[in-house]
Amino acid sequence: MIKQLVSCMSAKDKKYSIASPLLIVGEVVMETTIPMIMANLVDVGIANQDMGYVLRTGGLMVLMAFLSLMFGAGAARTAAVAATGFAANIRKALFYKIQDFSFFNVDKFSTGSLVTRLTTDVTNIQNAAQMILRMCVRAPIMFIMALIMAVSINAELALIFVVAIPILGVTVIVISKKAISKFRIMLDRIDGMNNRVKENLSAIRVVKAFVREDYEDEKFKESAGGVMDTQKAAEKLIITNMPIMQLVIYSCIVAILWFGGNMIIVGDMQTGQLISFITYVTQILMALMMVSMIFIMLVNSKASGDRIVEVMNEEIDITDDNGDEYLRLEDGSVRFENVAFSYHKDISSCALRYVNLEIKSGETVGIIGGTGSSKSSLVQLIPRLYDVTDGSVIVGGHDVRRYKIKNLRDEVAMVLQKNVLFSGTIKDNLKWGNENATDQEIIEACKAAQAHDFVMSFPDKYDTMLGQGGVNVSGGQKQRLCIARALLKKPRIIILDDSTSAVDTATDKKIREAFARELKDTTTIIIAQRVTSIMDADKIVVMDNGRINAVGTHDELLETNEIYREVYESQQKGVE
Amino acid sequence: MPPQPQMGGRGRGTARPKNTKKTFGRIVSYMSEYRSKLVLTVLAILISAAANVAGTYFLRPIINDYIAPFIGQENVNLAPFIGIILAMLFIYVAGAFATWAYNRLMVDVSCGTLYKIRTDLFEHLEKLPIKYFDTNSNGDIMSRFTNDADAVRMMLSQSFSQVINSTVTVIGVFIMMLILSPLLTLLVLVFLGVMVVVTKLIGSKSSFFFKKQQAALGSTNGFIEEFIEGQKVVKVFCHEKEAKEDFDKENDELADSAASANTFANILMPIMANISNIQYVVIAIVGSLITIFSGNVDGGLLALSVGSLVAFLQYTRSFSNPITQISQQVNVILNALAGAERIFNVLDEDVEVDDGYVQMVNAVIDDETGHITEIAHRTGRWAWKHRHGDGSITYKEIKGDVELNHVDFSYDGRKMVLKDLSLHAKPGQKIAFVGSTGAGKTTITNLINRFYDIADGKIRYDGININKIKKDDLRHTLSIVLQDTHLFTGTVMDNIRYGKLDATDDEVIRAAKLANAHWFITHLPNGYNTMLTSDGANLSQGQRQLIAIARAAVADPPVLILDEATSSIDTRTEALIEKGMDGLMKGRTVFVIAHRLSTVRNSDAIMVLEQGEIIERGSHDELIAQKGRYYQLYTGAFELS
Repeated sequence: MIKQLVSCMSAKDKKYSIASPLLIVGEVVMETTIPMIMANLVDVGIANQDMGYVLRTGGLMVLMAFLSLMFGAGAARTAAVAATGFAANIRKALFYKIQDFSFFNVDKFSTGSLVTRLTTDVTNIQNAAQMILRMCVRAPIMFIMALIMAVSINAELALIFVVAIPILGVTVIVISKKAISKFRIMLDRIDGMNNRVKENLSAIRVVKAFVREDYEDEKFKESAGGVMDTQKAAEKLIITNMPIMQLVIYSCIVAILWFGGNMIIVGDMQTGQLISFITYVTQILMALMMVSMIFIMLVNSKASGDRIVEVMNEEIDITDDNGDEYLRLEDGSVRFENVAFSYHKDISSCALRYVNLEIKSGETVGIIGGTGSSKSSLVQLIPRLYDVTDGSVIVGGHDVRRYKIKNLRDEVAMVLQKNVLFSGTIKDNLKWGNENATDQEIIEACKAAQAHDFVMSFPDKYDTMLGQGGVNVSGGQKQRLCIARALLKKPRIIILDDSTSAVDTATDKKIREAFARELKDTTTIIIAQRVTSIMDADKIVVMDNGRINAVGTHDELLETNEIYREVYESQQKGVE
Repeated sequence: MPPQPQMGGRGRGTARPKNTKKTFGRIVSYMSEYRSKLVLTVLAILISAAANVAGTYFLRPIINDYIAPFIGQENVNLAPFIGIILAMLFIYVAGAFATWAYNRLMVDVSCGTLYKIRTDLFEHLEKLPIKYFDTNSNGDIMSRFTNDADAVRMMLSQSFSQVINSTVTVIGVFIMMLILSPLLTLLVLVFLGVMVVVTKLIGSKSSFFFKKQQAALGSTNGFIEEFIEGQKVVKVFCHEKEAKEDFDKENDELADSAASANTFANILMPIMANISNIQYVVIAIVGSLITIFSGNVDGGLLALSVGSLVAFLQYTRSFSNPITQISQQVNVILNALAGAERIFNVLDEDVEVDDGYVQMVNAVIDDETGHITEIAHRTGRWAWKHRHGDGSITYKEIKGDVELNHVDFSYDGRKMVLKDLSLHAKPGQKIAFVGSTGAGKTTITNLINRFYDIADGKIRYDGININKIKKDDLRHTLSIVLQDTHLFTGTVMDNIRYGKLDATDDEVIRAAKLANAHWFITHLPNGYNTMLTSDGANLSQGQRQLIAIARAAVADPPVLILDEATSSIDTRTEALIEKGMDGLMKGRTVFVIAHRLSTVRNSDAIMVLEQGEIIERGSHDELIAQKGRYYQLYTGAFELS
């Protein structure tokens, strides 16, 4: 995982990532040398009453402290640049990867979880990287330097560490490890609790309508109580770290004073050295605590790292590496040959079962069928949004898998059922269909999609800003803009997947008339719930349970097909 | 349509609390339950800090009196030395124990307080009127439970004890320093001044860049959300290249501002630590000079022994640490107070008032005389118990007769949503509302169950003004199936039982059969015990609606409201469950709101609403004969939006 994340680093990130620890080494060397010189100040300067010596070594120490400050500040800056740059590159790699995702890949992850990975998880990694850069070098170097200094002052006294370090190290790590697993449980329970709140907020009308406020209160108290219990259990553990560390440090100081004091009396050691030794004890044990903190941080951010790498490692199932660069659609014909298709590659539940269908270039085809009859699945195979499980889809004379994806999709425009507009002006959004579209072309497309009139009714007309997700236009208006956007591609094949469900029948009719008038040579495939939307089509396909139940004209189907008749009658009853 | 929540702005920074004192006071009052534990906590903190300060002081006598005088001597009596070492050890152990004790006490206080805040918040939310939920986005309310509660948690479990501990330590150390050497203490104060100035400088820079970073982060996150949401559209239009280019712009800007913000956040620590290093060194030099000058004895302004110098130097180390800690905690505390303030704002919202006094009671009804007797157990029949002003009590059978009389209503007090609306639904009748989005269909049902209160006119339930009926009881007599079916995490059984908590399994299954849901439920992997995940995501929209219908059926109320209840079920399936629906509606007063006209055809009366007014009313046949708006709708000449 780490290797893969690190591979996201740019050269600049790497440079700063190396500079930062180096600067920290400098800072630590200064920090650990100062107490040593300090010992001389006391043992030589004061003992010999040598003011000149005090000033000289003192000056040296001040200089070192200033250097340390410079190193420290430099390390902070470089760590910040490296970590944020690193995060930006991970974010970029993720975003690029997701842009290349096929529909299948996106379905697998769900949009919500992808957003979390790109935002929260990346931030966690950024914080962890910063921590690693600043502490992972600092702690061990500090530990080693201070230990060397302590041994060089008095190796015998340094034996104290043989006792202290294992005690502190083991207890701290054992406690942290136990606490982490408890915190994990706590986080899970917090998720559960928040989920309850979320459910209550979105279903508040249900709660109130059934007068279940007290019932929900009880349920919530249960969850919150569970959270409290694990939080207590985890914190009870983690708080013992602090007093244990104090106890170990204090005991060391007392032991050093006793043994060191005796050594001084005997003449094996000097007062200044004793003082420096105490400073080194603190530095060594603090470094050890730092290691345990890093340990916790890393464990916590590992989950985020895993989630990010999971996206990076996702195999994109639709590629056009073997596509023919120069192959273009010959016409707007579509042919399904024995097509079977399943959303779950491993499961036998097929969305489409051995479908055969022939659509001629320029035809208008309607598709109708109940929810779950796989109408959308069928048409999504045409622009190769999914790959067939078996059989083949021939578009414009060639199997869709032989084209470069861009060449195929430029000719096959699809208006999705769940469609999206982006923040920006209406014109910006329409230009997705064709970047170089002239104003005239845009207006024509909008007129055909019956969008021109309402766009002109806005104060800013085509320059009207749309909010995130196109929130400031109504559902029907949004659908019409989406149709116009697709029309601007001037495709050979256009597919409308239930794209006029929120548009009134009169406007719907006008759109169809415009299509018939202006897109005579364009193959038009319309999925609809309303029979009126498709009854004029050259050919109507009735889907049922993943199979084509019947194909024919409106009149033929009314005559021969039971499903079609049922649907038609359920919608038309009572109309004269 | 009800008032819409404000779009949550992208990337709000952490707002500072507006009324720090009041908010702090309220948090403290939340903790008051733990008064005795808090007193003990403070006591333990005092002991812990005092032990720390006192322990260091031992350096002076040990060096001056027990080591220095005996250097080079033989046969030294070490007993007094052992004595003082043991005393020091004792103090330190006591200190460590006190540290454990106060932390342990605070675990109870902080976890308990947090629990209380959470449950109070939730219980209060449940009591708020629907209007609150219509005007505040769920995301915003949710962040009271997540971000804000988390911030408060951080403060309770760390900041409180740390700030007290640090403050006590600083004061203690300061006093000890003064005792050891007033002159060197002055020097320490000078450095303290420098540190304060530097902190302020860096702090203001830091908050400037932090705000910039938050803005960039918000905008980038918004971009990410939008493009992940619309990823499929990007694919269909082969727009990947442009999307990547736009993303790079956002991402680069974020990286720049994040680098600056983090630099200033990072830089404070090393600068502080190293200023404190410089201070240590300068004091060592000046101290050494004084020691040499005064000949290593204490007493007077310009005298210092080695022991005192050593102790003083230790103190300078423990003086700047707590100060840095306090300055770090200040941010945590301000953040938590801002969060707490937002939580308290919710707690200060007015709850739904209920001044109704007419109650629903179980009743035995003599059908011949019409006499009603109140009874404690369930009889399957209910009555309104009406306590009048003069103390007398009358009973009236609950039948489901709903009458609206010249009702006016507005969500915001300006734009009228319903105007002079009158209608009468007799027990067992089916009334349908048809009209465009925003015509006021759903609003009518909101008024009947008093999610909102009417501005003018009257609504009567069995002849009683609904304002007089206790809200809970009123709602018990109405069941509602909404367009957005919300199910809860739990089994299918649990979800249906939500309509009547004491329903037996048999009752639940009967209700499911009535709603035509039984068949598909038995085909789920675990039948009625199948766990539904959040909002029933593992079921189709149509199946979820069927469960919601069963949930309403098990409640068995006299009045049923179906608000677009079958909108996600295709016409064929709807035809299949029509029989079930008919069974469900039989014997009840039903209000049906539907987009699809086939659903409302067999209603007793159909109301066509337009801009809050009933423009046509009558049975299907009558309205078709009228050849008005309904006729246009039905023939497709006019479509609802």
